[in-house]
Amino acid sequence: MEKFRLSDVSLWYNDFKALKDITMDIAANEVTAFIGPSGCGKSTLLKSLNRMNDLVEGCRITGSIQLDGQDIYKDPNINGLRKRVGMVFQKPNPFPMSIYDNIAFGPRTHGVKSRLMLDDLVEKALRDAAVWEETKDRLKKSALSLSGGQQQRLCIARALAVEPQVLLMDEPTSALDPISTSKIEELVTQLKERYTIVIVTHNMQQATRISDKTAFFLLGELVEYGKTEQVFSLPRDKRCEDYITGRFG
Amino acid sequence: MKQKITDTLLQVATWLAAALTFGALFFLIAYILARGIPHIRPSLFALHYNTQNVSLLPALITTVLTVVLSLAVAVPLGLFTAIYLVEYAKRGNCLVALVRMTAETLSGIPSIVYGLFGMLFFVTWLGWGFSILAGTFTLAIMILPLILRTAEESLKAVPDAYREGAFGLGAGRLRTVFRIVLPAAAPGILAGVILAVGRIVGETAALIYTAGTVAQIPESLMASGRTLSVHMYALSSEGLYTGQAYATAVVLLVLVAGINTLSAALAKKIGEG
Ligand SMILES: Nc1ncnc2c1ncn2[C@@H]1O[C@H](COP(=O)(O)OP(=O)(O)O)[C@@H](O)[C@H]1O
Ligand SMILES: [Mg+2]
Repeated sequence: MEKFRLSDVSLWYNDFKALKDITMDIAANEVTAFIGPSGCGKSTLLKSLNRMNDLVEGCRITGSIQLDGQDIYKDPNINGLRKRVGMVFQKPNPFPMSIYDNIAFGPRTHGVKSRLMLDDLVEKALRDAAVWEETKDRLKKSALSLSGGQQQRLCIARALAVEPQVLLMDEPTSALDPISTSKIEELVTQLKERYTIVIVTHNMQQATRISDKTAFFLLGELVEYGKTEQVFSLPRDKRCEDYITGRFG
Repeated sequence: MKQKITDTLLQVATWLAAALTFGALFFLIAYILARGIPHIRPSLFALHYNTQNVSLLPALITTVLTVVLSLAVAVPLGLFTAIYLVEYAKRGNCLVALVRMTAETLSGIPSIVYGLFGMLFFVTWLGWGFSILAGTFTLAIMILPLILRTAEESLKAVPDAYREGAFGLGAGRLRTVFRIVLPAAAPGILAGVILAVGRIVGETAALIYTAGTVAQIPESLMASGRTLSVHMYALSSEGLYTGQAYATAVVLLVLVAGINTLSAALAKKIGEG
């Protein structure tokens, strides 16, 4: 089952063409990794999956991106889209408020008012993001008092709390230490049972460890896309092989 | 060797500058306290001013009233304009440039010019007479650029990562601005408000020509009244009550110190929450 179906997606930042005719399907309940040298358009493509690019002035997109068969760029309900397609950013970005309020922000945005329901949602999200044990005694404390790794798991919990179907993660471990990184990788593997996950990473090992499919991008083009084992063991494209083996550029 | 001498000289110069600054400030405050405190007596706080008691209570009440009313006009106006400029207006929008240029220009104008404008426009043209209302609006216009600029800077200083985080959760712009961006910017905005309070409390020129100098508690917004600064100015220019003028200065000092402490506590509270 594919969750996303992209056809001929091109994207411009003013006159600069950052994505070139990308056609790909992203499967449900799998982890899809985007790899490639920096500046190749991984984040740009990821952000076009929940229309975060709409916030960038001078950004224009053509082609179509379907989520469960519906073109997301034809549906005016952008907030509804972002509720279904959550996002975790490169640098942990908890809001400057309490841990509880961070998690509750999303549900409150979408109309949950009951204290009991919020309490439940907060606990569930924190548990799902494997950060409950560390935070349960300090829910009223500022989220900024957490360590970097905890903050990132908090941000994952915050995204999970609105009960999305898809989780987009843009290099979620690039600012973290190895232990926090492995915790988040473990988490991603658990979460894919219930969510479709698309993760951008610059770390080859990470892609092989956690992803089912891997897409390799170069200068805005999708160069190679397939099962992760295949992409890493038998890349069809020479440029992809060079990149994976570290002989790139 | 030469390097060393320069170093020492510079060090001495910095010390001297610091000592001079502190000394001047200390002397000023000590002088005011020494001259003012002996004249503080209960009669200074009588409900009605007369030439016997030279009461400053009406001026104190007028000051608080003026501060509150001016802020009530200028803060929402300045804040919402700043929110529009930072969060809503497109970059390169010519309205933004215009508003910004106007604010910059206005913030450089001496307060007597505001006073003159207030007198011509509010007092005469609108026919409000010398009144708290005219004074308040004049001061509101005077502090508007300050509120606008500081609010704009504080909003701009809020990391985009917060906005992205909120949008990414499906929050609309309104919710993002009021629930995430504004609380994060609150300490900076409050700092601007404190500066504005300082300007209002210290203002005389813009008030004398708009709010007048009546020394009683204003009965309505259309009544004239004098703030503590205007009161001080009046007392010392009359030359009969210099001691009471110093006593007023003491009260003014305490008032400003109190406002600043309160605002700092408030900022801290918002910053933590
Ligand atoms: N907001 C933007 N405005 C203009 N150009 C951008 C913007 N964001 C990214 N780009 C450009 O688009 C290209 C792809 O960027 P990005 O998607 O961030 O790459 P990656 O995540 O693969 O490192 C880069 O050349 C980058 O400079
Ligand atoms: Mg990137």
